[in-house]
Amino acid sequence: MDVTTDALIAITILWGFVFIYAVMASMDFGAGFWSMIYMNKEQTKAANIANKYLSPTWEVTNVFIVAIVVALFSLFPGATFVLGTVLLIPGSIILLLLALRSGFLVFSHSLPKKYRKAVTYISGISGFIIPSILIMVLPITHGGFIFQENNVYSLDLGLVFTSANVYSFVGFAIFSTLFLSSLLLADFSNVANEDEAYNIYRRGALITGPLSLMMAFFIMLTLRSEANWLFTKMMQNIPILLVSLLMFLLAGLALFLPNSRFKHRKGRPRLAVIAITIQYFLASYVYGHAHLPYMAYPDITIMSGFTDPVTFRALFITYIVGFIILFPGFYFFWKLFMKDKRYIRQED
Amino acid sequence: MTDLVLARSLFGTTMGFHIIYASLGVGIPLMILLAELIFQKTKDPHYAIMAKRWTKAQAVLLGVAIPTGTIAGTQLALLWPGFMEVIGKVMSLPFQIEIYAFFIEALFMSIYVYAADRLSPAMRIITVIFVVIGAAASAILITNVHAFEGTPAGFQMVNGEITNIEPWKAFFNPSFVVTATHVVLSAFTTGAFVIASVAAFKMLKTRKNEKLYTFHRKALFLGLIVGGLFSFLTALNGHESAQLLYEYQPEKLAGAEGLFETQSHAPLAIGGFTDANTQEIKGAIEIPWALSFLAGNSFDTVVKGLNDFPRDEWPPLFIHTLFNGMVIIGSLLIFFAVLALFYRKILKREHYPKWLLVLYLFGGPLSLLAIEFGWIFACTGRQPWVIYRMLKTSEVVTSSGSIGTLFILFAIVYLILGIATVIVLTYYFRKHSIEEDLRLTES
Ligand code: HDD
Ligand code: HEM
Ligand code: HEM
Repeated sequence: MDVTTDALIAITILWGFVFIYAVMASMDFGAGFWSMIYMNKEQTKAANIANKYLSPTWEVTNVFIVAIVVALFSLFPGATFVLGTVLLIPGSIILLLLALRSGFLVFSHSLPKKYRKAVTYISGISGFIIPSILIMVLPITHGGFIFQENNVYSLDLGLVFTSANVYSFVGFAIFSTLFLSSLLLADFSNVANEDEAYNIYRRGALITGPLSLMMAFFIMLTLRSEANWLFTKMMQNIPILLVSLLMFLLAGLALFLPNSRFKHRKGRPRLAVIAITIQYFLASYVYGHAHLPYMAYPDITIMSGFTDPVTFRALFITYIVGFIILFPGFYFFWKLFMKDKRYIRQED
Repeated sequence: MTDLVLARSLFGTTMGFHIIYASLGVGIPLMILLAELIFQKTKDPHYAIMAKRWTKAQAVLLGVAIPTGTIAGTQLALLWPGFMEVIGKVMSLPFQIEIYAFFIEALFMSIYVYAADRLSPAMRIITVIFVVIGAAASAILITNVHAFEGTPAGFQMVNGEITNIEPWKAFFNPSFVVTATHVVLSAFTTGAFVIASVAAFKMLKTRKNEKLYTFHRKALFLGLIVGGLFSFLTALNGHESAQLLYEYQPEKLAGAEGLFETQSHAPLAIGGFTDANTQEIKGAIEIPWALSFLAGNSFDTVVKGLNDFPRDEWPPLFIHTLFNGMVIIGSLLIFFAVLALFYRKILKREHYPKWLLVLYLFGGPLSLLAIEFGWIFACTGRQPWVIYRMLKTSEVVTSSGSIGTLFILFAIVYLILGIATVIVLTYYFRKHSIEEDLRLTES
């Protein structure tokens, strides 16, 4: 079957949601982790800053998970049938952890200090376990883990947990979560005018950045032997991968440039955040492009899983209308929490 | 137990837990909005304090509503992959539009909770209006999928293949409007009665403290009036829901009423237990001719009995009890509100007698119970079909096994979250007393 434009648009929408969620969730989970690490340092504002970012955003971030699931089954019902069947166990574990984390994150605002600690541990620890499990969905779709017998699909978890490629992905998920969130929190503390928190997060980014790059190389290395079809296709886009690498280096450089507003601070965090977002965008574009037309290699392509064309058109219209309606809301939200210095600098 | 039974139990438990938080998430924002509006009109600071405290409670509840909803949505695909394959092709519009409703609610709820102090009164009210709209729209849209399962439309099954798909026709399926209205009205009812229950509880404890008593009395009265109005509307609309069953799912209505023989002038059975062997209801009070009248607005309406349907397509017979429970609670709630009006407006009493407050204590839990009854009735009464006369539940269940273990794990997590909610709410409101809020507004 040839790939239709409709199916390409559909997979782009889905990929867009995954990308936005990956970035937002990294910041969300990472912020939880950092607020755990700096919880005991009464003198720094680092944990406070992390919480301030986390409080209003987790809810919006969470809607993106739902948006991904809904986009998956409404745009690719055929693929959902297989993925839904094989992902019952990993999917349920993610759901359980997410439920505990979101619940206790919200509860912690209403609890006395001594309980708050325990809650911060739950949110911090689940903050790096959840991304590690979430990301396993990617290597699972590369082939070799899903088996079919009498039209019944099943996942070989034993193989998943012994694959070097899976572990590279997991390592990447952990470090890039920490990296992205450090960068964003550094930017946030820069705006909030918190010198010490800024230095802490800047240092965090400088440590976790190179580690996540290393993990990305491990991924490519293991991909080559475990899912060669994908590796070969990714390598066809090597120029974009190089630009992506360049963006990473630019972000690193930005952290050493002189701060535009405060002489005594080193680095331009906003520039670094933008460079890294572009870097992730390019790298995941190459990955996604190479993955096509397969949703789960080799059985399910975007065509075999695609929804009915009539339904697709109706859905597509709601995407456009929904975006137009929601855009002002997102803008208002961003203005109130990410830009309004009254909020960011508020004492509590 | 088979995987099918386990999957049903797991999904039913998830939904039964989610619906508690979800209904309150629709109902309490309406109460917050009303309190804000009354405050702007009367400038009585008590109402500002109510809005603030209910918002706090709602923010805690959302912490469970959202993750359990996320579980519900994902579990649909994990437990019933065959069902979601059909839904994806035919009925994905409501899910998709629901995402926008979630965004609206999530954005504006965060704004209201974390930025209320930076908003003007007008913006604050607009923000709460968006929260109410977002929450009610979420409920309406997800209920639409449930409505579709009962009265499918907009596609055909030819040899197991889905054809002739018309997504908007599926969206506007015959029971959409009535069912969605019922769910929203009953959620508004529940939010109001839960508020009233808490107020009644506090009034019982603060009889000596006039200031606090007055505060809670205002909350109680608001809750009862709003709850009374909506429970009346719920009952009227519930009557329409029953007529829809008569038209579209006659075996469900027969099961709900324990009616075996098709007849005109059919009696309405209240209470009792249906016995399939003797084909009668044991221990019920029968109101002659009433069922025929309810179903078709005239006594000679012919109501179909269970014996007209193949035995393996009967719904489970205990749904009679669930349906009764819902209707009896609905009637009680209306009565509660009328009683409060009588005391306040006719007898013009400032204090309610203790027995009455004890009665009101039960309003909230009872309305939540009615919601559980109603849903289990609606979902279990649809069995063996997942999409009525199109697709059987046994055909769509996951084939991956180990559902038993998952069921236990999810149940433990729900238990933890449920208990934590209660502890957190009690702790917070004990620490931040109303006296303190009153003092803050006075200074
Ligand atoms: C506070 C909650 C509440 C109250 C007081 C009532 N209901 Fe209800 N009812 C619901 C809450 C609810 C519900 C939980 O929201 C349900 C479950 C599925 C649905 O669509 O709404 C429901 C379903 C439901 C159905 C089944 C629809 C179906 O299977 O598709 C019928 C026939 C009624 N109701 C009828 C009534 C009547 C005649 C009432 C008279 C007082 C009543 N309900 C009160
Ligand atoms: C929120 C309140 C709800 C409750 C308490 C509830 C309860 C239940 C229960 C108890 C079952 C198991 C039925 C049985 O096997 O006897 C069930 C099944 C099911 N429900 Fe609901 N339900 C709710 C809402 C919904 C909604 C809104 C939808 C539509 C999206 C829905 C769709 C289903 C499906 C697909 C099944 C599984 C297949 C089946 O057993 O028919 N439910 N639900
Ligand atoms: C009819 C019964 C139901 C009602 C009244 C209801 C209502 C709600 C409400 C008010 C919320 C919080 C909204 C928010 O803040 O975003 C919520 C969350 C959610 N519900 Fe339900 N719901 C019902 C059944 C279901 C079912 C059957 C599903 C799954 C198919 C579901 C999926 C969700 C999801 C995914 C969320 C989380 C959204 C988010 O991430 O913000 N709900 N629901």
